[in-house]
Amino acid sequence: MPIIEVSGLRKSYGGRPVVDGVSFTVEEGEIFGLLGPNGAGKTTTAECLEGLRVPDAGEVRVAGLDPIADREEVTRILGVQLQESELQPKLTVREALELYSAFYPAPAGWRPLAAMLGLTDRLDIRFGRLSGGQKQRLFIALALIGGPRVVVLDELTTGLDPRARRDTWELIEGVRATGVTILLVTHFMEEAQRLCDRIAVIDAGRVVALDTPDGLIGHTAGSTVITFLPSHPIDAADLAGLPAVASITHAGNGETTIAGTDQTVEALVSLLARRQITAHRLRVTSGTLNDAFLRLTDRES
Amino acid sequence: MSASIAVLRAEARLLTRESGSIFWIVAFPTLLVTGLGLVPSFRAPDPDLGGLRLVDLYVPVAALLAVMMAGSQAMPPVLASYREHGILRRMSTTPVRPLTLLAAQILLHSAAALGSSILVIAVGRLFFGVSLPGHLPGYAVALVLATLAAMALGATVAALAPNTKVCTTVDTIIFFPMMISAGVWGPVQVLPELARRVVEFTPFGAAAQALDQAMRGGWPDWSLLGVTVAWAAVLIGAAARWFRWQ
Repeated sequence: MPIIEVSGLRKSYGGRPVVDGVSFTVEEGEIFGLLGPNGAGKTTTAECLEGLRVPDAGEVRVAGLDPIADREEVTRILGVQLQESELQPKLTVREALELYSAFYPAPAGWRPLAAMLGLTDRLDIRFGRLSGGQKQRLFIALALIGGPRVVVLDELTTGLDPRARRDTWELIEGVRATGVTILLVTHFMEEAQRLCDRIAVIDAGRVVALDTPDGLIGHTAGSTVITFLPSHPIDAADLAGLPAVASITHAGNGETTIAGTDQTVEALVSLLARRQITAHRLRVTSGTLNDAFLRLTDRES
Repeated sequence: MSASIAVLRAEARLLTRESGSIFWIVAFPTLLVTGLGLVPSFRAPDPDLGGLRLVDLYVPVAALLAVMMAGSQAMPPVLASYREHGILRRMSTTPVRPLTLLAAQILLHSAAALGSSILVIAVGRLFFGVSLPGHLPGYAVALVLATLAAMALGATVAALAPNTKVCTTVDTIIFFPMMISAGVWGPVQVLPELARRVVEFTPFGAAAQALDQAMRGGWPDWSLLGVTVAWAAVLIGAAARWFRWQ
């Protein structure tokens, strides 16, 4: 049975639909991403799961429970890191960890959690004096402190520097290894590609694609890009005859760029060999989720 | 350890770290009585005041000041900032309801205010010979009701203010009429009859009169206690009706 079920979820603010029929399920142990541009309705969807908002229509279930009607049971198994929230500025890290531990019937020990998140030498520092990365790590600790089965992490690494972001990603992989299901709300492609088992791409309140990161990339035309400088010109008809070509461009310095798939690469290599053309400065880059995402959300608008 | 106790303990620690609040609630009322008590003319019996001295009148006023400081000055910005910074929202995703946090704040500010009142009475008694309240139960009832009204007023301001900044401004504005009605700027007893009657319909004006009567040895008029209770009830209703959690 899926641990998170969302079906036909709708929510409007002032008559404007923000979430417009979102459905997906998350299996236990997965890292599931809600990916989309700002204002796509990701956070509102997450807030309906967290019991912070009442859906206008549709069903939301966490381990079969309704976040509104079964508020207390849901809060015990669902850990939350909110997009924008703070703690009392003069509360120390230790006090925050002790306080939130006391909220749960069977809390995870806060000391190992603090150690895992690198907060052990920050225990006596007040929340207001922590750096952005330290605050974020404390919020991850608080999301995990109740020993949850599911955690919702909303814009986990927004505002962090690249180093802190990478450290946080490693932490999340460590959390998943303990068997906790993670719902990751993000607009960072790199983050989603690195962490998620499956991703729902949300745009304008709807799910426009739902697949593994590789699946999302692979189904997008032009996901592999080949760039090279031919030793002598190639016949345009030969290039156009290559399979699965999405686009061909020629730069002023004679460099040729072809967007296609793996199939295109193989065919190009044999074409060059047949014509005895040498490819200088040959680069083959596989597409990124970024490309796939831009295409998916472009089509919508 | 139960969750409510944990919240109360954490908030108690936080209150002790707010040196501004501690000064205004706990130290200032006692300093005021001490300062006035050192002025010789304040220690002279005045026939217009029924033979009491000004310092005698200022002890209950200072006790009431502690209550007003706690409820309407110190607490509302805390509540407003807890909402503004998503602290209440974060708590509502845990098994503990954010109401627990509000209750802890009200309880702690009440305790600080009542502790300060006791300090004021003790300092008045020990250093300036101000007699203890003549009707102690009456005094206690009047003071507790005043505390309830002050906390309810603070909660209402926090409920209606859109953010911490507005909340602080509103607090400052309402504090002046509160101080005047409570007699901080001069004993209400010397005001003309009509002004006194108006003041007796304000929550802290009524409370100040009730404290004065208990100080002199009688059970406070039910009408005065009734006015304070009515204000408290209306304000609690307003706070409960309009308080937003996010």
